[in-house]
Amino acid sequence: MSTTTAPGQVTLPAEETIELHRSFWQATLHFCRREPLGAFGLLIVIVMAVTGVFAELLAPYSPTANDFAAMTEAPSLAHWLGTDQFGRDLLSRIIYGARTALIVGLSSAIVGGFAGLVLGVASAYFGGTLDMIFQRIFDVVMAFPLIIMALAMVAIFGTGVHNVIIAITIPLIPRCARVVRASALAIRVIPYVDAARACGYSHARIILRHMVPNVMAPFLIMLTAFVGQAILAEASLSYLGLGVQEPTPAWGLMLQGGAEEYASTAPWIAIFPGLSIALTVFGVSLFGDALRDVLDPKLRER
Amino acid sequence: MYQYIAKRLLMVIPTLIGAAALVFIMMRLIPGDICVVRLGSGGGRFDQRAIDLCHAENGMNRPVIVQFFDFVWGFFQFDFGKSMWSGKPVSLEILTRLPISLEIALLATVIAILIAIPLGTISALKQNTWIDVVVRTVAIGGIATPSFWLGIISILVVLDVTNALFGKPWMPPIDYVPIWQDPIRNLSMAALPAITVGYRYAAVSMRMTRSAMLEVLREDYIRTARAKGLVEKLVINRHALKNAMLPVVTVIGIEFAFLIGGLVVTEQVFNLNGIGRLFVQAVQNQDYTLTQALVMLTVAIFVFTNLIVDLLYAWLDPRIRFA
Repeated sequence: MSTTTAPGQVTLPAEETIELHRSFWQATLHFCRREPLGAFGLLIVIVMAVTGVFAELLAPYSPTANDFAAMTEAPSLAHWLGTDQFGRDLLSRIIYGARTALIVGLSSAIVGGFAGLVLGVASAYFGGTLDMIFQRIFDVVMAFPLIIMALAMVAIFGTGVHNVIIAITIPLIPRCARVVRASALAIRVIPYVDAARACGYSHARIILRHMVPNVMAPFLIMLTAFVGQAILAEASLSYLGLGVQEPTPAWGLMLQGGAEEYASTAPWIAIFPGLSIALTVFGVSLFGDALRDVLDPKLRER
Repeated sequence: MYQYIAKRLLMVIPTLIGAAALVFIMMRLIPGDICVVRLGSGGGRFDQRAIDLCHAENGMNRPVIVQFFDFVWGFFQFDFGKSMWSGKPVSLEILTRLPISLEIALLATVIAILIAIPLGTISALKQNTWIDVVVRTVAIGGIATPSFWLGIISILVVLDVTNALFGKPWMPPIDYVPIWQDPIRNLSMAALPAITVGYRYAAVSMRMTRSAMLEVLREDYIRTARAKGLVEKLVINRHALKNAMLPVVTVIGIEFAFLIGGLVVTEQVFNLNGIGRLFVQAVQNQDYTLTQALVMLTVAIFVFTNLIVDLLYAWLDPRIRFA
């Protein structure tokens, strides 16, 4: 059941760090009461995730089936959100598009985030020359705006879902590593790390068991932000024709070509896919903000 | 102060060289021989001599390290070689398209600052009231809305509104006229794209203004200023806002470089012939010389805006200047 674990993965450890004695459901309930806006955001994300996973069951038509008798048709009972210039049902394409957004958003954010987490903590833990070299490399990679880096990556690897994931993941790594390193540096000087070393634990064990759990708060906040950024980046790349390719349904791709051409005669082609992107990223951002308010000790008393 | 400036200026060089190395390596990671791809794309037959000639033309028959130094040296001289697609010098291709992109970027920055700082401040002052909730929602909306979609929708709205008002639809002009020649035509072209990319920019800066203001308003010196009976307006403008501006300046600076990324998509929507569009064309045409030059240009803009931000920071905050 990847539906419940997908958003669950984000909430579960987060709640654990604050309220260890509470069960998952109690903590979730507490979160919803404290941060109603964040809970609303989470709800949007869950709805979108469920839609993506159960696309086959929910979509009324095939996303690639053309109905030439019903091209650029306005929203009606048969086609709730209308059809595009090739007679494809927009609702079905949006439902399947949720899956693409989910796959790209989650895999880029999780792979990029975890790579950044390990590199960031390792950089802070080992310090010295290694830290300096990592820092310079991060500086260089971060000098490339995300979409520019992703475009350059697409120029190398080519288009398609897998390459888009790689293209978005790589620029996310240093962005995460930078933030994680800053928090890990503060943890590095706390005596328990020295104690662990005195016990003779391996570097890997100290990094993974002793330091990583303590940088979870900034890491999870970053991870949530990454999901939103990755979804937007994928939409932009696909819109430019350099991301996900036809016939794979993707929201950005749906806005390419037909959307502008038919904007005045069939505005629904342009409106609904964009609305899906905006609403999903809106939900992710609301949830991320609430998560930050809950996890950031500086904001906690407010 | 001068020592700080000198140190900060020197830091630019390794980042730029590192970026150049990364771009150089990336462009050589592209599978296959560029010359074979280029000659083969026409579908005609070609022999080894043609490939050798193409290699010599692009300087690819020299050792890689020589090619790299040549690339870096060319970069400092603003000489990026010739476009593989049009055959024109890359610097010429870029220079003819730069004014329009720069104008939109600057216009978007002005719009963003004018919206972000007052709204962010009000939002912080009225924390948790309905004004705050509205401002925050508008800000998150700005982060969530893809700029290209906003562009499509704004064109749609302009078309419909002008159609309803004047009986015939109006579209912003797409050919670039310098602002000193025809300001109205120029601005009517640049305004919509600037607002479209500026919304996100404003949203990010607004959030930063709000959280920075909230932090500063809790400082002791604000309480002291109020306790000594200072007018609230002065407390806000002189004591709070000035100190809250530090992180806001950073965000505005960093986001300026990201505007170029936003332009890549927005120029496509509005059919504007700027550097963003050029970038997309370069990638689509597999024009590697043009792509690497444009990537380096964006990186250079990013590095130099960061430099300006850091220097501004030192000027605004004496703690950095004298550290």
